[in-house]
Amino acid sequence: MLNFRFRPELRMPGWKSIPFPDQIKRLLIIFIILVIMLITVRNYLMPPTFVKEGHYRAAAIDSILALPIHYAGQEACSECHDEYVALKQTSYHQNVACEVCHGPGANHVEDPSENTPSAPRQRGLCPLCHIYNASKPTGFPQINIVTHNPLEPCMSCHEPHDPKPPQPPEECGACHGEIARTKAVSHHAALECTQCHSAPEAHKKDPRSFRPSKPRKRTFCGGCHGENAESAGEIPRVDLQSHEPDHACWQCHYPHYPEVR
Amino acid sequence: MKKKRELMNRREFLRESTLVGTVLLLFGSPASEDSDSSNDNEPIHQYGMGIQVDKCIGCGQCVDACKRENDVPREPFFFRTWVERYIILIDGTAQVDSPNGGSEGFPEMVAENEIMRTFFVPKLCNQCANPPCVQVCPVGATFITKDGVILIDKDYCLGCRYCIQACPYGARFLNPVTSTAEKCTFCYHRLSRGLKPACVEVCPTEARIFGEIGLRSSLLARFMRFNKVQVLKPHLNTEPKIYYANLDGEVR
Repeated sequence: MLNFRFRPELRMPGWKSIPFPDQIKRLLIIFIILVIMLITVRNYLMPPTFVKEGHYRAAAIDSILALPIHYAGQEACSECHDEYVALKQTSYHQNVACEVCHGPGANHVEDPSENTPSAPRQRGLCPLCHIYNASKPTGFPQINIVTHNPLEPCMSCHEPHDPKPPQPPEECGACHGEIARTKAVSHHAALECTQCHSAPEAHKKDPRSFRPSKPRKRTFCGGCHGENAESAGEIPRVDLQSHEPDHACWQCHYPHYPEVR
Repeated sequence: MKKKRELMNRREFLRESTLVGTVLLLFGSPASEDSDSSNDNEPIHQYGMGIQVDKCIGCGQCVDACKRENDVPREPFFFRTWVERYIILIDGTAQVDSPNGGSEGFPEMVAENEIMRTFFVPKLCNQCANPPCVQVCPVGATFITKDGVILIDKDYCLGCRYCIQACPYGARFLNPVTSTAEKCTFCYHRLSRGLKPACVEVCPTEARIFGEIGLRSSLLARFMRFNKVQVLKPHLNTEPKIYYANLDGEVR
């Protein structure tokens, strides 16, 4: 404090006339060391492509792109095996790529004579997709492998490149089993499906494009259940005019298991 | 008094030295050298995947194909993609399982008359546009490419597992062989060769649809026009690029 007055060098005015005080010298040295460290780290310790495209090593993308492929893709198969691809193209298996069943085939494409892909002929593979499971979407063809022609290889009845049911089902219950089982224990057990539905023949082969018909009017049910219907006496009757006139019958009564509410 | 004011005080010194330091730093930083050199004229892709939940049959072909294509360890807890089975019971409780990722089928778990509804949900890395895993990586080993795919630099990954913790979808795991984080890459090495990801290639029911977001001619754009889609955990604002159609509210 007191010294201040007696040390003229500390009173030097202005930036230019400062004769490089000690403390600045030290700070400058530290600063230069820091800058050199930064340049060294940036140029010698960081990977060369690090900030080229972002906060990552751009060279990593090249090494990922260079990874080998195992699945060659359906198009590679069709270059040689076009007859199977053509057969498959119109079948139910048109969306199933060759390599689903035959396994990855990139090495087969590279050297066809040396590497042969597998051709499963046993019962093991098909059930991977076609075994019954409650979680599978409705309509997907599923079998119970215990009861469905046990021990028989699938190929003996179904050509895998163009699979069809060996013969179109004769009864509706073959596909609509749940409805058939429900109906069998209901009051409607004696009724044929055709009593209420008419299915075009094509529905058996292409069920989603050719839909069976469904009754549309209350009077259809009224044909048996109406007051004046000409039907067996034990059939329950309602007056179509007064009984819930704003609703269709099947909004309250499930026709495959009708019950009086 | 006047002379005293002209002295360089501590505050002035600090201010000026910071200025000089900043200038030096800016010139020393090599980021300015070739930062925005958009070298290639390739069109920029934005890859995404659509999943139609009601088409999945739970066959597990995708899980198996993914493991083969990407040399994922065969042990049952390393998956880049996997299939979950949801069973919602009549009492409203949901059960979720994925035995061996779904690659060996799903044995019956509950009697059918206890089930209200049940379905399969394929899962994989959601390739978020706003990815938490990239944010937390301390070394920049995981990153988002120009085409929106999140990749891992396995030569640079430390194996610190931060990204595995950060992923809200559980899509990452630590490869026991390389001790680096791993996850779905959309089969990035296949995309560059004009091929589809392996899981999309082998899906027998076309439950998985791969394509470019915003390109009207791509299959994905068609999928997004014809379906009502949603993403997983939208409240986290990760902006996933895996779009699910017909997704049940129970799916997390």
